[in-house]
Amino acid sequence: MAVASYDGIKINNLYHEYVAGKPILKGINIDIDKPGIIAIIGPSGTGKSTLLRCINRLNNPSKGEIIFEGADLTQLKGKALRKQRRHIGMVFQEYNLVERLTVIENVLSGRLGYMTAWNAWRRNYAQEDLNKAFELLDFVGLSEFTNQRADSLSGGQRQRVGIARAIMQDPYILLADEPTSSLDPKTAVEIMELMETFAQQKNIPVLINMHDVNLAKRYAKRIIGMCNGKVHYDGSPEGITEEDLKVIYGGESWLD
Amino acid sequence: MTTAHINNKSHVENIPQVGNMSHIDKEWQRFTSSERIARFAIYLCFVSAIVWSWQTVEVIPEFLYDAPAQFADMFERMMPLDYAFYPESIHEAMVETLNIATLGTLFTLIFAIPLALLNAPNITPNKTLNWIAQVFLVSSRSVNSLVWALLFIALFGPGLLAGIMAIAIRSIGFVGKLLAEALAEVNAGPIEALRATGASWMSILLKGYWPQVMPAFYSIVLFRWDINVRESAVLGLVGAGGIGVILNDAQNLFEWQKVAMVLVSIFTVVIVAEAVVIHIRNKII
Amino acid sequence: MAGLTPNTSPNRENPFKASWTNRLIIAAIIGYLFYSLSALGLTFERLVIGFSESERLLSRMFPPNFSRSGLLFSGLLESLQIAIISSLFGIVISLFLGLMAARNMMPAIVSTPVRGFIALCRSFHPVIIAILFVKAVGFGALAGILTLVFASIGFIAKLFAEAIEEISLKSVEAIRATGASFACVILYAVLPQVFTRFIGFASYQLDSNLRNSTMVGIVGAGGLGGTLFSAFQRFDYDFVSAILITIIALILVGEFLSNIVRRVF
Repeated sequence: MAVASYDGIKINNLYHEYVAGKPILKGINIDIDKPGIIAIIGPSGTGKSTLLRCINRLNNPSKGEIIFEGADLTQLKGKALRKQRRHIGMVFQEYNLVERLTVIENVLSGRLGYMTAWNAWRRNYAQEDLNKAFELLDFVGLSEFTNQRADSLSGGQRQRVGIARAIMQDPYILLADEPTSSLDPKTAVEIMELMETFAQQKNIPVLINMHDVNLAKRYAKRIIGMCNGKVHYDGSPEGITEEDLKVIYGGESWLD
Repeated sequence: MTTAHINNKSHVENIPQVGNMSHIDKEWQRFTSSERIARFAIYLCFVSAIVWSWQTVEVIPEFLYDAPAQFADMFERMMPLDYAFYPESIHEAMVETLNIATLGTLFTLIFAIPLALLNAPNITPNKTLNWIAQVFLVSSRSVNSLVWALLFIALFGPGLLAGIMAIAIRSIGFVGKLLAEALAEVNAGPIEALRATGASWMSILLKGYWPQVMPAFYSIVLFRWDINVRESAVLGLVGAGGIGVILNDAQNLFEWQKVAMVLVSIFTVVIVAEAVVIHIRNKII
Repeated sequence: MAGLTPNTSPNRENPFKASWTNRLIIAAIIGYLFYSLSALGLTFERLVIGFSESERLLSRMFPPNFSRSGLLFSGLLESLQIAIISSLFGIVISLFLGLMAARNMMPAIVSTPVRGFIALCRSFHPVIIAILFVKAVGFGALAGILTLVFASIGFIAKLFAEAIEEISLKSVEAIRATGASFACVILYAVLPQVFTRFIGFASYQLDSNLRNSTMVGIVGAGGLGGTLFSAFQRFDYDFVSAILITIIALILVGEFLSNIVRRVF
C-alpha cells in the first residue's frame, strides 16, 4: 500500500459566501504539509464546515485558491475534479452511509471513483479491493457486520464504516466534518483513536472539525482556531491559551 | 463489537498494520444462493415472455416508422380548433359528464361503505364475511368501467343511466378497498373506551371510527371522483352518455377540428377538477 | 366523590355539537341529488325496468359459450403481448424520465419540460390516447402498445420522480465526495433508496396494463377488447360472458404473479 504523499494542501485567501455580500469565510490562509491530526475549532456558524467542504468542492468558494497536487482545486471541473476528489477522503457528522446497502458495499463505495458505472451496478469489485475492504473492516472491528444493512448499526459503528470508506480511497488527505458530534463521549474517543491510527499509518494529514476542545488538545498535533470566518490561532495544542479560547468562543462561562 | 484493535496511544506500534496481513483472497457474494436462483428464475420468465411477445405480436413495422408523419398530419388537420363547437354541443355534454362522475361517485358509497365495513377485520371479525366482501370488491375492480358500461347499456339502454351505474359499480372496488384499509388501521384505544361505556354498535361506528377515518374517507372519495371524471369522459364512446358521445361522433366523421376541441375541453376540465380536489384536500387535511 | 365540585359554568360548549359546515355540505349534496336526478330524467321507474331486464340478460349470458375458443384465445394472446411489450418499454423509459424529472437531481431546465410531458401522458384516459394512435398507426396491436407505453409513463415516471425527490441527499453527497461519476452516484446512492418502491410501481403498472390491454381493443387497438365489443354489438351475450370470465381470470393470475415478483425483489 503506497504511502500517501504529503505535498499537502495550501489554502490561499479563501472566501466563501452563501448570501452575496455576507461572506462566511473571510480570507483563510492555511498551509498543511505534515501528516497527523489537525483540529479546527470554533463556534457554530463560523465556517468550519464550509472550509472543509470548500476543499473537496461540495461548496464552491467565491474567491481564493486551494492548491493540491499541483492544481488549484477551485478551478477544476468535471472529470478533473472527480480525479482529485478520489484523493480526498471525507467523514461526515451524520455518517452519510447508503442505509439500504450492506456494510461492505458502503466501504467499497470508496472505490467508486475508480469504477465504471457498469461495474458499480453489477457490484463487480476488483479482487484486491475486496481484500482491502475485508482487511479494513477487520481493522475497525466490524467483520461480523460485513453483510448487514448499514442502518442496523449503532452510531459509533456507522462512523467506523464511514472512516473505512474514506480510507478505502487511499486518500492523500482526510477531512472529517464533526465526526464525533453525534456520538457519546466514549465512542467519540474511540473514533478519534481510529483516525489518529490511520493518520500515522497512512502518513496523511487529517483535518477534523470539532467542538470538544479537550478532545482536540488530546489528539491533535496542530490546532486551528477560527472565529468570525478568519483564522485566529494556528499552532500547537500546548500553545493555545485561555485568552485565545475566549476570543474564539466568546465569553468565559463555558471555560470552567 | 470488539475494540481490541483500538488501543491506548502508547501502544501504537503493536497494532497490526493494514496491508501487512497475508493476502488470502476473500470471496464476496451479493446474494445468497437461493436469492440468486429466485432472481434468475424471474429474469428468465421475463425475458422469455418478452421474446415470445416480440416475435408473435402482429405489428407492421412500417406503420411505426410512418407514425410521426401521420401524427403531424393529424395535428395539421386539427388546427385551428373549432371553438364554436363548444357552446354548440360540448358544454352540455361536459355538464352531463360531470354529473355522471358525481352521481356515480355518490352512488358507489351506498355499496362501498357496507362492503368496507364487512371487509375490515376489526369491525367484522367473521372471516367468511370478510372474504365474501373481498370477492365483491375485487370483481368490481377487475372489470373496466368501459366494460361495465357495455353491460349496463345492455340493461338500461344507451344513455346516462348506464354511465352512472358503470361508474358506481366500478368505483366500489376502489373506494371499498381503500376504506377497509383505513378502517383496519384505526387506533383501537378510543374504540375500546367507547365499548367499555356500553355504547351501541352504531354509536361506536359514528363516534369512534368515523372521526378517525374521516380525513381518509374524504381523501379517497375525492381521489376517486377525480378519476371518475376522466372515466366518465370516455364512457360515451360506447354510448353511455357524456362528452364521449360527442367525441365518438366527431371522430367517426373525421371532423378533426371538432375532435381537437373536445380533447382540449376534456383536458381543461380534468385539470380543473384536479386543482379543485387538491384545494379541498389541503383544506381538510 | 369528595373534592369534586359541580361545574356550574354556563359557558361550556356541547362537545358533540354538530358542525354547521357538515350539515351544509350534506344538505348541498342531497339538494344536488334531487336536482340532477330529475333534470336528467332518471326516475325510479327506469331503474326498476333495468333491473327486470337484468334477469333476461343474465339468462342469456349463462352458460358462457366457449365454443369460439380460437377467437378468444387469439384475442387473449394479443392482449398479453400488448401488456408485456408496453410494460417493458414503459418501465425502462420511465426509469430515465423519472430520474430526469426529479428536481433534486436535475436542473430546472431539464426537469420542468420532462414533468410537463409526464403530466400530459397522465391527463388523458388510455382510451383517448388509443383513438389517436389508431388514427396514426392503424388498427391492431401497435396502437395498443404505444398507448399503454404512454399511459405507463404517466404513472410510473411521476411516482418515481416523487420518490427520488424524497430521498436523503446526504448519502448522495458522500458518494460524490469519493469522486464517483454521475452515473455511479445514481446507481449507488439514489437507486438503492428508491428501488423497492420502483418495483412496486412497475408491478402495479404491469397489472394495470394487463387490465387496460383488454380495454383498448374497444376502439380498435388490439386485444380482447375488440372481440368483446363486437360480441356485444352482435348481442352474443353468452360469448360475452365467456370473454369476461377469461379477462377476470387473466387479471387474477397477473395479480398473483406480481405479488411474487414484489416479494423476490
